[in-house]
Amino acid sequence: MKTINITVNNRDYKVEKGQTIMQALDGLGFKIPRLCYHPKLSIEGACRVCIVEVEGMRNFVASCSHPVEEGMDIKTNTGDLRQARRDIVELILDNHPEDCHTCERDGICELQRLAYAMGIRKRHFEGEKKHYEKDLSSPAVIRDPDKCILCGRCVRMCEEVQKVNALRYAHRGFNTVVMPAYNMPFSESVCTSCGQCINVCPTASFVEKNYTQELFEKLNDDKLVKVVQVAPSVRAAIGEAFGFPPGKAMEGEMAAALRRLGFDHVFDTQFAADLTIMEEANEFLERVQGKGKLPMITSCSSAWMKCLEQFYPDLIENVSTCKSPMSMMGSMLKTYFADKQGLSPENIFSVAVMCCTAKKYEAQRPELRVEGMDPTDLVVTTREVAWMIKSSGIDFYNIKPEQFDAPLGVSSGAGAIFGVTGGVMEAAIRTAYELYTGETLLDIELKDIRGFKSVKEGSITMDGKEIRVAVAHGLGNAAELLDIVRKDPDRYHFIEIMGCPGGCIGGGGQPYAGSNSIPLDEDVLKKRAEALYGLDRNRTIRRSHENRDVQRLYKEFLGRPLGSAAHKYLHTHYAPKEPRGIIPELSKSR
Amino acid sequence: MTKVKDERSERLRQYMDECREKEHSESQLIAILHKAQEIYGYLPREVMDEIAHYMNIPTAHIWGVATFYHYFNLEPVGKYIVSVCMGTACYVKGAGKVLETLKKELGVEVGQTTEDKMFTLQEARCLGACGLAPVIMVNEKIHGDLDAERTAELIKEYRNRGG
Repeated sequence: MKTINITVNNRDYKVEKGQTIMQALDGLGFKIPRLCYHPKLSIEGACRVCIVEVEGMRNFVASCSHPVEEGMDIKTNTGDLRQARRDIVELILDNHPEDCHTCERDGICELQRLAYAMGIRKRHFEGEKKHYEKDLSSPAVIRDPDKCILCGRCVRMCEEVQKVNALRYAHRGFNTVVMPAYNMPFSESVCTSCGQCINVCPTASFVEKNYTQELFEKLNDDKLVKVVQVAPSVRAAIGEAFGFPPGKAMEGEMAAALRRLGFDHVFDTQFAADLTIMEEANEFLERVQGKGKLPMITSCSSAWMKCLEQFYPDLIENVSTCKSPMSMMGSMLKTYFADKQGLSPENIFSVAVMCCTAKKYEAQRPELRVEGMDPTDLVVTTREVAWMIKSSGIDFYNIKPEQFDAPLGVSSGAGAIFGVTGGVMEAAIRTAYELYTGETLLDIELKDIRGFKSVKEGSITMDGKEIRVAVAHGLGNAAELLDIVRKDPDRYHFIEIMGCPGGCIGGGGQPYAGSNSIPLDEDVLKKRAEALYGLDRNRTIRRSHENRDVQRLYKEFLGRPLGSAAHKYLHTHYAPKEPRGIIPELSKSR
Repeated sequence: MTKVKDERSERLRQYMDECREKEHSESQLIAILHKAQEIYGYLPREVMDEIAHYMNIPTAHIWGVATFYHYFNLEPVGKYIVSVCMGTACYVKGAGKVLETLKKELGVEVGQTTEDKMFTLQEARCLGACGLAPVIMVNEKIHGDLDAERTAELIKEYRNRGG
């Protein structure tokens, strides 16, 4: 490591060469205010909030984009600088609605935090404000250009990390707006509903479509039987919305809080994850034995589903026909569970609490209906349910953990790890290995496919047959992997794709980053992942096929995996969709 | 996407083929949009879709570029494109009055096209003919030294030439 000498606020320091000023200062315990910067995205230098003073330079320097150099004399906090930063943020605020106290991100807004930190207690400027209609067309993501401060994080996220390229700046100057092609409604664009624009947006320019009021109304409807399921990753992250440090698994607390919210039955999506594995592992083995295309690609991630249909219609046959765990659970609620309880399915209101915005899109896919009914009537995100819990006066911080309900609430450890990249694959292999070889896989933690590398590869030998697997998380990494598959279709047998960075734990519906964190901070993601791995380790049953309630479900209702009842209720299909998405061969990414 | 196999789309294809041969073919976008506008008179959505797929450039990006530059028309334009120079020299010499007259005579605002599809009114920044200020450009032809009266006459002349 080559070091250079710099001076910061009249003190001498040694720092690593080749960094930006911001990176060097970060390492020295300074945290220059910033807005458009994000460590996972390319550097835009658009907001100018991160300016510093460098001796000998005529103007202030944007520390995010300027390299640190030998002998630099940097000032970070002079009176002039403070004034300039304050003016910059004030000018941003000037073209921003003054409706903080009625805004969805009140109290959890980066711009608000920044304005406070800059000491803006008085507004000096008053000028023209832009005004555009909100785009409410998508069932998952709302776009509100009025709140946009043009930091461009969403554009870069969508282009560089997800490679979906649904968003760009359009028009120019004061009229610049972030929008999809042709300013078409979001629902008609290539947007996959992944919600990563929401995660990185510093304001409320992108938010999920909020269904909390509707849900409160339904919870008060005595004629309905209210049933809820919770995705694995929700329990790994919801604590953050209540001030717990990242990584606390709050399984029992979730169950208890949902009961207090008014749900009659509190079930676990992890049960449905076990069910998914029963189908998916069997489907994989059929394909290995020549019935169907390889590599088989997983189908749990709803953003990936839409991405597949728009960007990879040529790979549709490779994708597992299994519905996602959420939709499998919904299907079982309105058939098996309704029968068992003697309920009419129309009276069951099926709610899913998901870490995901794209699940809102999935819930209204007509292909998933069973006997004419939507499996899932309403989806709320981790953020929405956290707000509902707070809003209802439930003491989540001190609540005593409770169990999920039977018969759709007990899960194996394999179900828990569904929420983290590599988890679906690991869970599937635990079961497929045993089904194929007749022997139990003893070393069940598959280290090769854990972690946050962009594309992970592994292999396992079943009865002398080598099975090669690959895992990608985030649609951009998926693009990289699928590019390989298109060129070399025989390279892998089994592929897992999750639409979000880190898998569902980094989903578009997870709690916003706190004041000491950044959106999609890898340390936070690691802790959320560890929470799920911890749940797995602490289960006595860690293989999906050993889940007694899943076995009972097959015995009483479904027959056998891939049988006719299973096909009717648990499987779906895909079709190419317009507009066709474009993944440029050359795209900016770090 | 509608696939119209006509002479115009063939010409655009040919041009894009040439561009694809070049290094950094994705940087040829502006040139391609120019060509498309030359061929179609404006940038129809289907044409931008076609460019996106053929050149492997995201549609949202093409839309971003097309909306950034005033030169590109996103709506069909009239037979005569009237560009009023609002550069400094013309502005000082009364471009404002010329523009007002044009708006009144044509009955459209800047950026709009007359109902008979004869005229599209645009603003421009310095056409490089400051010696003749104030000037307007009708398609490729510069008309200088204008005032309200002469502007109205000029429009009458073009109108008489017909469509």
